[in-house]
Amino acid sequence: MSDATILDVRDLRVRFRTLDGTVEAVKGINIHVGAGETVAVVGESGSGKSQTMMAAMRLLASNGEASGTVDYRGRNLLELGKSDLNKVRGSKISMIFQEPMTSLDPLYTIGNQLVEPIRRHRGLGAAEARREALRLLRLVRIPDPERRMKSYPYEMSGGQRQRVMIAMALANDPDILIADEPTTALDVTIQGEILTLLAELQQKLGMAIVFITHDLGIVRRFADRVYVMRSGEVVEQGETEALFSAPKHDYTRMLLAAEPTGSKDPPPSNAPVLLEGRNVEVTFRIGGGFLAGEPMLLRAVDRISIRLKRRQTIGIVGESGSGKSTLGRALLRLLPSDGVIRFDDKDISHADRQAMRPLRRELQLVFQDPFGSLSPRMTVGQVVTEGLLVHEPELSGRQRDQRAVEALREVGIDPNARNRYPHEFSGGQRQRIAIARAMILKPKVVVLDEPTSALDRSVQKQIVDLLRQLQAEHDLSYLFISHDLSVVRAMADYIIVMRQGKIVEEGPTEAIFDHPQDAYTQILMAAAIDSTRIRASA
Amino acid sequence: MLLYVFRRLLTAIPTLFVIVTLAFFLIRVAPGGPFNQERGLSPEIKANLEAQFGLNDPLWVQYLHYLKNLAHGDFGPSYNLPDFTVGELFAKGLPISIQLGASALVLALLLGSLLGTVAALNQNKAGDYSVIALATAGSTIPTFVIAPIIQLVFGLTWKMLPIGGWGDGAFVNKIGPVITLALPQIAIVARLMRGSMIESLHSHHIRTARALGLSDWSVVVKHALRGAVLPIVSFTGPAAAALLTGSIIVETIFAIPGVGRYFVDAALNRDYTLVMGTVVVIAIFTIVFNLIVDIMYAVVDPRVRYD
Amino acid sequence: MTEVAAAAPAAIVGRSLWGDAWARLKANRAAMVSLCYLILMAIVCIAGPWFVPHNYTTIYSDYVRTPPSFSAYPKAEMVQGALDDVLKRMRVDLKDWKLEDSRALVTVTATRPIDERYLRYIDRSDTFDDAKVEAKSADGLEMTFSAAVRQQYFFFGTDNVGRDLLSRTLMAGRISLSIGLLAGVVAVVIGVLYGSTAGFLGGKVDEVMMRVVDVLYSLPFIFFVIMLVVFFGRNFVLMFLAVGAVLWLDMARIVRGQALSIRRQEYVQAAEALGIGARGILSRHVIPNLLGPVVIYMTLLVPQVIILESFLSFLGLGVQEPMTSWGVLISTGAKNIGTANWLLLFPAFFLVSTLFALNFVGDGLRDALDPKDR
Repeated sequence: MSDATILDVRDLRVRFRTLDGTVEAVKGINIHVGAGETVAVVGESGSGKSQTMMAAMRLLASNGEASGTVDYRGRNLLELGKSDLNKVRGSKISMIFQEPMTSLDPLYTIGNQLVEPIRRHRGLGAAEARREALRLLRLVRIPDPERRMKSYPYEMSGGQRQRVMIAMALANDPDILIADEPTTALDVTIQGEILTLLAELQQKLGMAIVFITHDLGIVRRFADRVYVMRSGEVVEQGETEALFSAPKHDYTRMLLAAEPTGSKDPPPSNAPVLLEGRNVEVTFRIGGGFLAGEPMLLRAVDRISIRLKRRQTIGIVGESGSGKSTLGRALLRLLPSDGVIRFDDKDISHADRQAMRPLRRELQLVFQDPFGSLSPRMTVGQVVTEGLLVHEPELSGRQRDQRAVEALREVGIDPNARNRYPHEFSGGQRQRIAIARAMILKPKVVVLDEPTSALDRSVQKQIVDLLRQLQAEHDLSYLFISHDLSVVRAMADYIIVMRQGKIVEEGPTEAIFDHPQDAYTQILMAAAIDSTRIRASA
Repeated sequence: MLLYVFRRLLTAIPTLFVIVTLAFFLIRVAPGGPFNQERGLSPEIKANLEAQFGLNDPLWVQYLHYLKNLAHGDFGPSYNLPDFTVGELFAKGLPISIQLGASALVLALLLGSLLGTVAALNQNKAGDYSVIALATAGSTIPTFVIAPIIQLVFGLTWKMLPIGGWGDGAFVNKIGPVITLALPQIAIVARLMRGSMIESLHSHHIRTARALGLSDWSVVVKHALRGAVLPIVSFTGPAAAALLTGSIIVETIFAIPGVGRYFVDAALNRDYTLVMGTVVVIAIFTIVFNLIVDIMYAVVDPRVRYD
Repeated sequence: MTEVAAAAPAAIVGRSLWGDAWARLKANRAAMVSLCYLILMAIVCIAGPWFVPHNYTTIYSDYVRTPPSFSAYPKAEMVQGALDDVLKRMRVDLKDWKLEDSRALVTVTATRPIDERYLRYIDRSDTFDDAKVEAKSADGLEMTFSAAVRQQYFFFGTDNVGRDLLSRTLMAGRISLSIGLLAGVVAVVIGVLYGSTAGFLGGKVDEVMMRVVDVLYSLPFIFFVIMLVVFFGRNFVLMFLAVGAVLWLDMARIVRGQALSIRRQEYVQAAEALGIGARGILSRHVIPNLLGPVVIYMTLLVPQVIILESFLSFLGLGVQEPMTSWGVLISTGAKNIGTANWLLLFPAFFLVSTLFALNFVGDGLRDALDPKDR
């Protein structure tokens, strides 16, 4: 591996003009990339890691501007004319993005889109370019490439689309591939495949890779060197192993330690069963209607049985489409379902709205998206106390306000802020408010549907600690639904693994993580926690 | 795809049926009849005429009679212009209205798309603001204000255009009406195009195209534009139907013998057959153009194709 | 128990989305200027007619088709003509006349003795007033009288019948603006009720309700309006009902779309999970979030209503004499271009400037309530 620097970023600054004034996203950073290296740029949301590379490629939004030097083989990319820049982009330096579902043009075939950069940069004829395109599809391991050339993006899955993006980016054998969170939007099992593919391609083609990510696991497995960014500045940099074993900066140390730790003890064996589902089934009908034929039946939850005891936390894990969220809502009777559902020794399988109302205070739900789940036009105080209007209508306005103060204080939000609106808070704070809204009713069972997935790692840890504390203080039972295995491992004492509506495997946490029996569970665990390096040698 | 077209045609027929029925009964429920308005008709002549046109039969008989004739393409005679059948009236006026409407539509689509694209590419700069200003003016000022002003400025003051009249299809006679018809549509198309181009230019796949070093032409025309035309396509359907069936205002002010005025006059004179004829023609145009629009949509956007 | 005083500290007031929107609107100069212009226009049209010395129906037969002017009428050249008219009616011949200050001193002769009561004709004239006999010859065949020359101001000129255009334009403004507002409100109310019911109930009900809208939509709307007018005759009240009834369709579609999307929002699901009933969800969650698009659309609707009313009046189907609206005035004006351009230009200016202002306010509201990356 040669160390000749091919990309040298010096004193890069990125500014955005907004309605509230100028925002500085990147405040003067230095990054260099050598030929064939893998460099990771790591940071949480708002750190400026994406904007750095977008600026380098001159892809900033129209209200952004960059200054400084981005030196590629002796030329400053920031000062190149349009046509010279377009000779570099896509042929010497390529970039792939986070959103494979929308990064391809939906109106043209894969073949058409693949051939375009090939012809543009290498000037090949139509037939030759087509052959090249086929070769690239095989290189990224797309099955049945001939047929895929004529397919449209909407006919392919997210993972496949990302492979096509990679093929397009590598079509002209670039020196550098910039990958901006390329696997974040994909399922865990697919993530592993894409990362393996990237490593393999680097072996074959020898290009440098700049990996932008917030996932330290990926960094550890993949990168030679790391830059850690926060609020637009590089706070630490160095060789991967050195940085991970002996971080110097406090922030780096905090990031590394942000992995949720601890575990949950199982409840005592004589604990009563609070919430139970027997052979629960949820079916959706899709399509159909006048002249459109029979509707398709989608079985989102396929005869699942589950028993939640007091003071227990059951973790339900699975990928997108596994039905875990649907199961959670069905158990809370927010969706129609077949099968038996019992709460507190009462059969609620067919309870209607009226019958469920008094029970609602004991069965609460916390959503994934902290912004979407708080009504934007109500103050935070109103949001938190809305439940009291139904369940404790005898309270006066002042008493409700008092309860809001207590609830907010309990989740660590300054009660003075209760007349503020949701959009004035950060994501982590909003999630605390959502938790306060649930807790104020003093429930017995709380279903948490991906409560930490939209949050940064460091914030996740705080929420996990808060949830643990509340569980201990109020004797709660949790149903913790998530695809994030490390968080589930820390929170739950019992795990259920779901796939396509069915239970694949279930058991106590350690058993599932250490000795998974089912093949799917094994893949899931491996993809998530694997800490061996992907690349063979340095 | 063919199945899609077929299904759409199938749903069009009951719609047409409903429209015809509604129109038929509504116009007859209105007080007065076709021969009441005319002064100086003795009661015997009036009775004769009514018998001749079958107006004494019970309504449902008249209705079935009308449907039968309609199926044969016979719209019946005009009650108020007895020398002509409704079919003949349309044969005379429709080509004129279509000429004007089609020219206005083509002008609107081409000029409007161009202006909208220019505005989008120069967002928040001078080019953008001037297009927005023009578009606001074009869509705010009503046609019945634009038309007389054009007559005043170009016809009377500068004497470049005739003030009105069809002039047997002479080119100069068409300029005023076509521009009046086209202006508001240009404004709407420019606005639509600007909005959807801006959105398209900000989309992820355009970012990909730029990141791949594709030329500006490819990015803007091949990728951004194709995605941006969809709202224009949707707009064209009802716009085409409206434009091609004649504008009452433009034809009145510029004294063009098109079909635009037929409807109002017929409704006021209770000329049943002419009213029905106009309704059927407008409905057919609307349905046909909506179908064309749906097909164009499927051509542009492959995701729509099988459904 | 906790001490209330210490445990419930004064809370900081947050900035709601409405507050944000208002701040953004205030910053939009075009919108604020337009808003002031609209308020001014409304005041002028409502209060103006009381300050203008003419009534909108008064006919000045001496002043048919007079051009607009800042100086007073009659102009010097016109006095002679007016005088001739009066004297003809008095059946006397003009011998001599001159203007002294603002009174005319006229000497007339006749073949028979002049009856002083004939001076009535002078008073009845639009141009002269307060006739007084100055001198009379012994045989009564010659008389000298003086009359005040009535100063009239016709800032906008007069129309074909002799009515002052300024007062007519302002009265027309009252009609056009009130129709715009009222019909807009009617369209909004019907549209919001219909659309939110369809969107909120969803399922079969929604499908049926929207099918109805689709069918109504495909009917040429001119057909509709003209049907309504033909049916109900030319009644002012029904006019704006007709106009509102045609335009509610778009509002219903938009509201339904919004209601559907709001229903799917997580905060509505959260409210359901809390056990909040339908009424609570509607009043606290759906309606406040629906208001934004409704307000925006209403400001787009009002100009459409005004144009539609003007269009109908232009065709002769709308507001009837002696009432007038901008559409009626423009219609007359269009027929008189070349000979009396002011008849078109003044009402057209009022109409177009009002529409522009409404447009800018609408755009401003849209940007304020729903800012995207512009």
